Amino acid sequence: MSFGEQLPIVFSALNTGFLQTMRLFLITLVGALPLGMLLAIGEMSRFRLLRTIIKTVVWIIRGSPLMIQLLIIFYFPGLVFNTPLWGSGESGRLAAASVAFIINYACYFCEIFRGGIQSIPVGQEEAGLVLGMKPTQIFFRVKLLQVIKAILPPISNEIITLVKDTSLARIIALQEIIWAGQAFMKGSRGISGVIWPLFFTGVYYLAFTGILTLLFGRLEKKLSFFR
Amino acid sequence: MAILEVQNLRKSFGSTLVLDDISFTMEKGAVLSLIGSSGSGKTTLLRCLNFLEQPDSGIIRVNGETLLDAAAATASDFHRNLRLKRLHFGLVFQSFNLFPQYTALENVMLAEKLLAREQPDWKERKAARLQEIQAHAESLLADMGLKDRMNNYPHQLSGGQCQRVAIARALALNPDILCFDEPTSALDPELTGEVLRVIRSLASLHTTMIIVTHEMSFARDVADHIIFLDSGKICEEGTPEEVFGNPQQERTRQFLSNYAQQ
Ligand SMILES: Nc1ncnc2c1ncn2[C@@H]1O[C@H](COP(=O)(O)OP(=O)(O)O)[C@@H](O)[C@H]1O
Ligand SMILES: [Mg+2]
Repeated sequence: MSFGEQLPIVFSALNTGFLQTMRLFLITLVGALPLGMLLAIGEMSRFRLLRTIIKTVVWIIRGSPLMIQLLIIFYFPGLVFNTPLWGSGESGRLAAASVAFIINYACYFCEIFRGGIQSIPVGQEEAGLVLGMKPTQIFFRVKLLQVIKAILPPISNEIITLVKDTSLARIIALQEIIWAGQAFMKGSRGISGVIWPLFFTGVYYLAFTGILTLLFGRLEKKLSFFR
Repeated sequence: MAILEVQNLRKSFGSTLVLDDISFTMEKGAVLSLIGSSGSGKTTLLRCLNFLEQPDSGIIRVNGETLLDAAAATASDFHRNLRLKRLHFGLVFQSFNLFPQYTALENVMLAEKLLAREQPDWKERKAARLQEIQAHAESLLADMGLKDRMNNYPHQLSGGQCQRVAIARALALNPDILCFDEPTSALDPELTGEVLRVIRSLASLHTTMIIVTHEMSFARDVADHIIFLDSGKICEEGTPEEVFGNPQQERTRQFLSNYAQQ
């Protein structure tokens, strides 16, 4: 097969893989951002036990490799309880990967949210109280935008890291883009022993993180009207 | 009738007694100046009046209405109608605490707007009410000499301008008593004048004010009554002539002579 004949085959496979990468990326964001917010609220609550539990979970999740978490979440139910919770197909692998990623990223987001909220000077809250505002009004009208501005840089870092971290799901054979590119090394669709598709996977990542970087840059600029 | 009556106010943080049996009254339109060295409890007293701290005991009455009777109050009593109680007082902070994402005008309008939204007729009268609120805020800012600064964000304003916006913001809800906590302490010396001038003009309009300040000549000038606080106690009080001209307590003389030397 000539290079010209290989090219469309490879791209179609990489596109399919990238679609799976995007799915994992988006599912993780949609799940982890709100979960991280809930964890952050819990971590600041009056209930000491709840705070301790959340702190411990966050420590364990952030202190151990996502790779291990993926393996455990995917294989644990089947190997230990003999109930292969996730099924064996690609959709089962995506579900397991999503759960692992959501838990992992929620813990990182939690710390960012908490830090952001606590970075707002207490004088902002007090100024609102003295003006007769309700706590919810103070949160939404006074603090929220300041928090968003404060957390935007670390959040965008985390999200760009997430784009690349999705490739870790390769370890449970999720058919994301690295898996798709690697397949042509061993042999797939009549093509084998080539490494150049793997280079192209890098281009997908670069393009996507490039777009995200621009997007977050623009958001940061939008919020630069105040300090 | 006194506009403000404070009786036997006590507040401690842990084992440190910060306010020890504070009692005083104020007449409507009067200006009270609180002086005292740092750590004497001035800020804590203002924070108690604004319900940012819960006193351990004592009574706070405004226009005869008992807002706080710590002896009778449980924690839930303290928190009940807290927002309404707070509206009797305004507080201008040393560090301004303007909302950075709002313009000067929006800073002044925000609280009034939020209160107006709670009125039952808000929906029908929204446009007219918003116009009223904006006109009110604009006139307050104009009074503060900030007519051409209304649409600036706090970071675009000088410290003196920020503090004047903060004063306008505190005035927007027409508090019975406006409190100032060292309003010029965070300012460069050349900017204190413009803020003091504004406070003076409020005094001439008979705005009831409690002013914590280290500007002794200003206090002497603007206040009708001086309270000298020492270690959480009222050590001496009287007219400016009495306290500054003929202090009775040794501690007061000491404190004032420290200032005279500067
Ligand atoms: N939240 C607090 N917790 C513990 N101690 C406090 C707190 N706020 C004030 N204090 C203490 O109370 C005393 C009076 O403080 P403050 O009212 O700020 O004095 P001033 O405003 O006259 O300088 C100080 O000794 C201060 O350390
Ligand atoms: Mg103070």
